[in-house]
Amino acid sequence: MSALHTAERGSATWRLIKAESTLCVRDKVAPLWGIGFPLVLLIILGSVSDLRQPVEGSGGLTYFDLYVPVLILFNLAILATTSLPTTLAGYRENGVLRRMRTTPVGPARVLAGQLVANFAIAVVAMVLFVAVAGLGFGVDLPKHLPGFALAWLLAAAALLAIGLLVAALAPGRGPATAIGTVLFFPMMFFAGLWIPISQMHPLLRDIAHYTPLGAGMGAFQDAYLGHFPSAVPLLTLTAYAVVCAFVAIRRFRWE
Amino acid sequence: MPPVIEVRDLHKRYDDKIAVDDVSLTVQEGEIFGILGPNGAGKTTTVECVEGLRVPDRGEIRVLGLDPLRDRAELTRRLGVQLQAGHLPERLQVAEALELYGSFYPEPADWRALLDGLGLADKAKTRYAKLSGGQKQRLSIALALIGNPRVAILDELTTGLDPRARRDTWDLIEGVRSRGVTIVLVTHFMEEAERLCDRLALIDAGRVVMVDTPAGLTERARIEQRIQFRPSRPMDDHLLTSLPDVSGVTRRGESVIVNGNDNALNAVTTVLARNQIVAEQLRVEQASLEDAFVQLTGKRLEPGPR
Ligand SMILES: Nc1ncnc2c1ncn2[C@@H]1O[C@H](COP(=O)(O)OP(=O)(O)O)[C@@H](O)[C@H]1O
Ligand SMILES: [Mg+2]
Repeated sequence: MSALHTAERGSATWRLIKAESTLCVRDKVAPLWGIGFPLVLLIILGSVSDLRQPVEGSGGLTYFDLYVPVLILFNLAILATTSLPTTLAGYRENGVLRRMRTTPVGPARVLAGQLVANFAIAVVAMVLFVAVAGLGFGVDLPKHLPGFALAWLLAAAALLAIGLLVAALAPGRGPATAIGTVLFFPMMFFAGLWIPISQMHPLLRDIAHYTPLGAGMGAFQDAYLGHFPSAVPLLTLTAYAVVCAFVAIRRFRWE
Repeated sequence: MPPVIEVRDLHKRYDDKIAVDDVSLTVQEGEIFGILGPNGAGKTTTVECVEGLRVPDRGEIRVLGLDPLRDRAELTRRLGVQLQAGHLPERLQVAEALELYGSFYPEPADWRALLDGLGLADKAKTRYAKLSGGQKQRLSIALALIGNPRVAILDELTTGLDPRARRDTWDLIEGVRSRGVTIVLVTHFMEEAERLCDRLALIDAGRVVMVDTPAGLTERARIEQRIQFRPSRPMDDHLLTSLPDVSGVTRRGESVIVNGNDNALNAVTTVLARNQIVAEQLRVEQASLEDAFVQLTGKRLEPGPR
């Protein structure tokens, strides 16, 4: 009996994940802005020969080499500031979560389904970007692969936790979208989308190291150069993940 | 047999507004129990407390012997719920929604049959956002029944449906009841209450005014009958006004309109027969539940739900 129950629950959870993934894809924000746009950017930038110059203070990595992790972070930032919070705040606003409260499965698993769906999209994006950069434009894989994987996992956890926090704090879908957009640009700035971090004003560079994407970039850069990422960026990412997730779970309202 | 739903001394306020003042109800196994009342009476608040969605300030609630707040897991498995305002993700298709919700329950119903019964069979592949208001409403009824619940609570069952869909839905609900499912129906449609409900609770301003069968409620309100006919030859009103069961006689064109109590029809036809007058185009207007409602609460049921 209890095994049967567990099996049923498992299948309900699995169906929820599948449904939420399908909905994420149909929503188009994640595939278009989270994967398509950065991928096109990657291909365009890869064709600009000026970007194949080494960046000063980046251990021999070229501008284009640095764009690969920047675009991986771009993908995470889109999911965290646009896809996830807008969807969840919309679910709350439209009574989707409230309706789930009357079923045996409950609304927490909808949240989990959304997180898993966004995580899966992020994995696809990361693998795709690394592969296209490598096969299409000769960018080497990160030299320290386990370090890279750990950095990516922590960055994904930090960013999804931030997305969850936005969904928890925003009163509705509209505010969630607004907060997400306002967060997106400074976060991407500190990832080095416009100026590589090493070229920033020293004060901005110091700030960058403690922003989620700046820390992610620091850890990625270490891994690309062949070191295990240093403690500061890893701890920064972990702190963002833990604190944001904690506050989000405490503050999340189903209706 | 213990009651399926038992509510005792329920009280719930929102900030400074008392939504449910003092509500007690018992719903028996297998019946369709109606909760009837004007907008803002506290119907939705009452059933949402029963569903465990709201926390009452005071009072006892048992559903199938379970506490809606403490025994949530068990309750949600056996209780089907249609929320007055309940929604699905916009891009979810009808069939996907039903399969998904079906997977939440140990013994789900056949969703294709449900769709057929609700006239939604050709919408299986349609996204939620593309459904009309009435179709969304019918889907939410289907979702309330997908888990093969023992008890279903349906809030504003047919609001937003056209008359034909409304009748189809009533048929479906009667079919569900005939399988032994206990149903609580929140409504502000008199016709719906009269047609479907075995018993009704009349709620007004957060209180239960009375609980009775639809016929009993009408009777208790002591509404007069109205008899209308065209006499086959001229007659004197006094013939009728002198009857003790008749309270008033008026004329409209060639028609005579008689108001009176339950016996008035008998008395009138007897007098007419004695005077060799034939009552042509005879019509008797039964007091409706709507009249009873106005009589009992001094209020009209408003057209829109809230
Ligand atoms: N969440 C809420 N916050 C504040 N007041 C509410 C809330 N929900 C309902 N009310 C108020 O409580 C009263 C009863 O509402 P409700 O239970 O929805 O009545 P009904 O379903 O009979 O129309 C109404 O006056 C309504 O305005
Ligand atoms: Mg209501």
